[in-house]
Order: sequence, then C-alpha cells, then structure tokens
Amino acid sequence: MNALRRNVLKSAAGAGAVAVAVAAGLLKPTQAMAAWNKSAFEAKSVADAMNGLGVTSPADSKDITIKAPDIAENGAVVPVEVSTSIAGTTRIAIIAEKNGTPLVGNFNLPSGTEGFISTRIKMGQTSLVRAVVTAGGKTYTTAKEVKVTIGGCGG
Amino acid sequence: MAQPMRIRATMAGDVADIKVLMNHPMETGTRKDAKTGQLVPAHFITEVTSTINGKDVLNAEMGGAVSKNPFLGFKVKGAKAGDKVVVNWVDNTGDKNTAEATIG
Repeated sequence: MNALRRNVLKSAAGAGAVAVAVAAGLLKPTQAMAAWNKSAFEAKSVADAMNGLGVTSPADSKDITIKAPDIAENGAVVPVEVSTSIAGTTRIAIIAEKNGTPLVGNFNLPSGTEGFISTRIKMGQTSLVRAVVTAGGKTYTTAKEVKVTIGGCGG
Repeated sequence: MAQPMRIRATMAGDVADIKVLMNHPMETGTRKDAKTGQLVPAHFITEVTSTINGKDVLNAEMGGAVSKNPFLGFKVKGAKAGDKVVVNWVDNTGDKNTAEATIG
C-alpha cells in the first residue's frame, strides 16, 4: 500500500516536471516575440532606421520592383507591393521616408518564400517609399515616389 | 478583443499565393482623438509569423505605419494544395491571434 503511494507521488512529481518543461518551452516563443526591433521602428530618420536594421549603405538595384500608386488620394491606405528577382532574398524592409517613424515593416523570408511582399501602409505626406532587400549578406535598395494628397498619420 | 482574421491561400503554378487580412485598429500613438483632443494610445501589431505544415515561411515585424486592418500578401514556393497555413500575430499590448487555412 505504502509502496504504491510512493509510486503515485513519484509519477506525480514527474508529471509536474514535464509540465514545467512544457511551460518553459512555451515561454520561449513569447520571449522571441518580445525581440521586436524597437530601435529601428522608433527611429525618426531613415538613416537611424537602417542602422537599427543593421543595414549600411545598401546598393541601388534594378532587380527590385515597387508597385505603388503614383498618386495616393488617401495616405491612410497606400497599397505597396515589393518584389525582387535577387536570388536568396532573406529580408524585405519597407520604409516611407518622410513618415515620423520611417520604418513601416521588416519582413524576414525564410528560404522557400519568394522575394515578394504585398501590404498597405500609411503615409503622412508625399515621399519616397523605399524597399531594402537583404540577400546573401548584401543589401540592395530602390525607391519610388508616392504623392499623397491627404495624409494618413494623425491630424 | 482579437477579432478573426481571414486567410486566402491559392496555388499559382508551384507557388502558393497567401493573402492575410487581419482585423486590427493599428493606432500609431500619434493620432489625436477628434472629440477629446487626447492622443490615442499606440495599439498596433508588432509581429506576424506564418508557417506552412509547421515550417516557417514568414517572420515579419511591423510598425504603426501599416494601415488599419493590415493586409499582407506573400508567396511560398514548394507548397502544395492541401498544406496547412497558420498565421499568428502579436500586438504591442500583448494581444494575439491565430488563424489557419488550407491551401486550395
């Protein structure tokens, strides 16, 4: 009787340990989530945003295409599509140069995901929309001007 | 708080075309409330991750400059019809949401 009781207690302790391990395992993704690149997203200038992303002097490239309207009537919703034919693209970042905080999004693309991102962004005023592409350890960039008639950031 | 998001995943040749529409106010924290004149607190999605059959296919960080109810489109090579797409997001208040769809 006593031996059984011991066993039950032991297995209960074992199960507890597993639960703790699972909880620890589950905590990891949340911690990774907390690694949001604050310095880059809160940067007030394009140069600071690029520094925050770890990008220095990207090379201009014709292999990146930005599809965005020439004139956006509503700055709150500007469709932007970035595609690149550069092989091994691992990241596409979108920067609206004259926004208060220029960095809009940073998209990490594991292998298998094509060099393509389509989204909608807010723009405070007419400015260049810049795409920064990282491929094989090198960075490339291109920009397209979007004229905004009604700003979409605040006021 | 978290409202459902919609995922549409279709095959175009050997590339899966995945489109996600998330429901989120995406407040930048710089906008003023028209009635009270107070700043509306920042509330935006910071991270979006996506997997296909458990394999990472997208890991994105966003700022408040992504439009309200964010739309995100991306393309994945090597996926096939019937694969399961899962999309997760987390916002700056710690709110999160998850949705899944099957590539059709």
